[in-house]
Amino acid sequence: MTKTFPIGGIHPQKYKLAADIAITDAGLPEYVYIPVKQHAGAPAKIVVSQGDKVKAGTLLAAADGIVSAPVHSSVSGEVVKISREEGRSGYYETTVTIKVEGNDFADGIDASDTVIAEIPDSTEEIMRRIRNAGIVGMGGAGYPTPIKTTVPEGRKAEYLIVNGIECEPFLCADDRLMQEKAEEIIIGAKIINKLLGIQKAVIAIDENKPRAIEIMTRLTKSYIGVNVRVCQTKYPQGGEKQLIAAITGREVPIAKLPIDVGCVVQNAGTVFAVYEAVMKKKPLIERIVTVSGDAAEKSANFRVRIGTPAEFLINKIGGITEKTDEIIFGGPFMGTSVTNLKAPVTKLTSGILLLSAKLAGKEPETACIRCGKCVDACPQGLMPFEIARYARNNDFSQIMRLHARDCIECGSCAYICPARIPLLDYCKMSKAEAKKILKKQ
Amino acid sequence: MDNIILTDFLTLTAIALTAALILYFVSQKFKVDEDPRIAEIEAMLPQANCGACGRAGCHDFAVACTKCTTQGFAKLYCPVGGQKVMNKVAAYLGMEAAVKEDTVAVLRCNGSCQNAPAKIDYNGVQFCRIAHTISSGQSGCPDGCLRLGDCIKVCKFGALNLNPQTGLPQVDPDKCTSCGACVNICPRNLFEIRPKGQNNERVYVACRNRQKGAVARKNCSAACIGCMKCVKICPEIKIEDNLSYIPTDVNAAEFGAKLAETCPTGAIVHIQPKEKTHD
Amino acid sequence: MLKISSAPHMASPVSTKNLMKDVVIALMPAVLAALLIFGFNAFQVLLTSVAACVACEYLICRYFLKIPPTTGDFSAVITGILLGFNLPSGIPLWMILIGAFFAIGITKMAYGGLGKNLFNPALVGRVFLFVSFPQQMTTWPQPQFGNFFAIDAQTGATTLGILKHLSPETLSNGLTKYSYHIDNVPSYLNMLLGNTGGSLGEVSALALLLGLFYMLCKKVITWHIPFYYLSTVFILTSIMWFFKQTPNLDPVAHLLSGGLILGAVFMATDYVTSPMTTNGKIIFAVGCGALTVIIRIFSAYPEGVSFAILIMNAFVPLIDRWCIPRVYGAGRK
Repeated sequence: MTKTFPIGGIHPQKYKLAADIAITDAGLPEYVYIPVKQHAGAPAKIVVSQGDKVKAGTLLAAADGIVSAPVHSSVSGEVVKISREEGRSGYYETTVTIKVEGNDFADGIDASDTVIAEIPDSTEEIMRRIRNAGIVGMGGAGYPTPIKTTVPEGRKAEYLIVNGIECEPFLCADDRLMQEKAEEIIIGAKIINKLLGIQKAVIAIDENKPRAIEIMTRLTKSYIGVNVRVCQTKYPQGGEKQLIAAITGREVPIAKLPIDVGCVVQNAGTVFAVYEAVMKKKPLIERIVTVSGDAAEKSANFRVRIGTPAEFLINKIGGITEKTDEIIFGGPFMGTSVTNLKAPVTKLTSGILLLSAKLAGKEPETACIRCGKCVDACPQGLMPFEIARYARNNDFSQIMRLHARDCIECGSCAYICPARIPLLDYCKMSKAEAKKILKKQ
Repeated sequence: MDNIILTDFLTLTAIALTAALILYFVSQKFKVDEDPRIAEIEAMLPQANCGACGRAGCHDFAVACTKCTTQGFAKLYCPVGGQKVMNKVAAYLGMEAAVKEDTVAVLRCNGSCQNAPAKIDYNGVQFCRIAHTISSGQSGCPDGCLRLGDCIKVCKFGALNLNPQTGLPQVDPDKCTSCGACVNICPRNLFEIRPKGQNNERVYVACRNRQKGAVARKNCSAACIGCMKCVKICPEIKIEDNLSYIPTDVNAAEFGAKLAETCPTGAIVHIQPKEKTHD
Repeated sequence: MLKISSAPHMASPVSTKNLMKDVVIALMPAVLAALLIFGFNAFQVLLTSVAACVACEYLICRYFLKIPPTTGDFSAVITGILLGFNLPSGIPLWMILIGAFFAIGITKMAYGGLGKNLFNPALVGRVFLFVSFPQQMTTWPQPQFGNFFAIDAQTGATTLGILKHLSPETLSNGLTKYSYHIDNVPSYLNMLLGNTGGSLGEVSALALLLGLFYMLCKKVITWHIPFYYLSTVFILTSIMWFFKQTPNLDPVAHLLSGGLILGAVFMATDYVTSPMTTNGKIIFAVGCGALTVIIRIFSAYPEGVSFAILIMNAFVPLIDRWCIPRVYGAGRK
């Protein structure tokens, strides 16, 4: 019996087109555009000025407060512009533009592939390196990792869960990383274990990644306390609360954090970044991006420098095809449509997808037939149809009763709805309204 | 036969009487004593239950009216009923109503389909609040009207409708009660409640874009570029972050026409005075 | 020009139309059975019923509501087939038109169209005809296998009709008024295959179960409502059978005869008029089952499925209000 979460969930088509394609280096573009806010929290404060020469790994902007993360240059070159540039969704973001001149790394960074296994003794030193490397949750939330790896007073961590689920269709970045950098991820998990002061780490992988499971199971045998758990392939298995339920059987109470049930969940990519930061002193300046889609000519998994424009990567797989209807950053369920092809890859971009109208096209909304499929699909036990009914009429009097704020925005309801009602949008609207009400109280 | 009819008649009468008695006693037992003035005041109110006064509805407002002091009463105002209704309530309670100018909602964006043509095809749900979260909108202006009409849906008085030519919502000043529903719902805060002005004459900057002139103009030809020309005409106008704002006390009759004429982009809108018809 | 839209950028291949098509496919075995058993008359009734329902919805949309017709979603077709299934094959065709108008016009469109109706349209149409024209609605032609064009079929009683009128007196006196005689109760096999008198679609339990199997495989419905409905009826009649073993309490006969399987599989599971949550569905189905047994055993009517489902339909909003699923993480500390 493989493990899974107790309620809801859907089984969309997988489209893991890039699962068997090895990670390749995307190379360097002409310019990189590095936004100073690539994380949840306050934007980083810029410390360079126009005309400065920078190396890969040079600090561009320092963390502003605790809930913030520093941003580094991903290439060597010259800062040509610090301005507000159009981001992926058309909004303007403070961005450092660097003209690429080469690939020189800043002093002290080990850019080689050799695996180092000796974890430094001092936890303060480990923490300092993670903080300085600008590591944030690379699964999509972008919450600064140093906060998540600090156990608040009065709490006790019991499990570290390495999230290797990647339940969104198309995306294979974590899958490939686990196949190719398995050892590094395990060491990264041991590093975080040390920070949390615990021995147990669970690497959660879902069934449709047999090679990653095999490699990880083989390697974890020589590391005490690190285990592989196989989860059922079901969306949204990779959601934090859902994953905790699957692995430990514990339920994160409403408005509480995973640490309240003794769990710390880290994305596989984040764990790899922690390894690089601690063992190689390499800041978070590159990540794995799956470039794929049903409208793309071919698929690829690229190791991409942060700030590389989407266009550069799309051209590498044959450019925008005629079939392309929408370009998505992230997965098809939680990703966002892109309006600007110059938009850069950030720390949180797990994929760039070219979707055809067949997949991304929206059919017109029709009447609710009360089939109850959304209720069955919701992993949070909500009633999306009811939330939508009120939200459609701008009636937000019932949203607290309907628990709209507990929506995890996974999109299962909108996917499953046969009447094509944009349930997720209604839930998001209600969630925003619920937050306003909570703030007032 | 007679017997059956008689029995039926008596039984039914008995049931009816018992039920009536039960109803009477229950209603007596659970009766809520309420200030009779509340119902009277409520009858004077517009019954829009819009919440514009800051209360949960007209009944709640009436309760607040009866419970407050003279000073407190001056703070209560029903924007929908306006001065007329407030005076009536004040007279009934023997208090003084606050004097407030007639106001109206204005849309501070002139990004019509012509001025700010669509650059991308928005294929999502027809809600401004959603469109706002996923992109800067069809025209690309991050502060402009999304032209999907959340404000029209929320207006209880039919004062807003979509102008098919411009694609922008249009305020009908006669119907607008300045209840503030549109102000609250607009994700980009484009509505402002401004004084109605004499004979409906108003002047305001129909733009909230704070980008630099060149960037703003790239998306919308009617964007305020912060060129300072308006300040030269009327020094009370303030320009902050490349955006001009005309304070509400600027005399529209005096400056309106000239400001609108001088503005190089057409961001300043001057609403012409209406021919005075008898009230 | 690039398109943008909100997440999710993927939708399940199952749309309302596909779901409805699947229901129509699931109804096909029973349609075939009806044609085989009742011949050309059944064909006439079904065709009239479907055509009347679709036309009614089309005309109301087009000329009364002035909205684009919603007939493309196949829901009117289903209502039409189900209405036809609930009629005896010998019914005058003009009555079907009245039934179809009542089903679509009053029960569905007047409430706001698909998804808004409180009661099952086909059942309301059927009950309306049943109380308006009791004579014609209870004249049950007998099966006529292989004789497709037989116009004047023999009429007789339904299994439940016979069971209803079986009493100690009729049994002991050997009273053989009409065909209410114990010897006329069909065998279980005949009930299963449909070789009994009754409405068009209800007689062949086997064909209906085939449809159920298809819908379960295609995940159109969940198993809860049919299972709990049928087992409630079976258990309740079994309990009564245990205490008083008269033939009119035979649980197997109750399970296989009348409109029970048709009701449990196709009527009670109608999305619009059944509860949305699993717990709600169970309450609904058990309520339907209990009411069916009560009406069948204790009332003047031999059959109670339509009334039972309609009564429970009225409770659906209440059940939905009551059976709210537990929000994940709620009530934990």
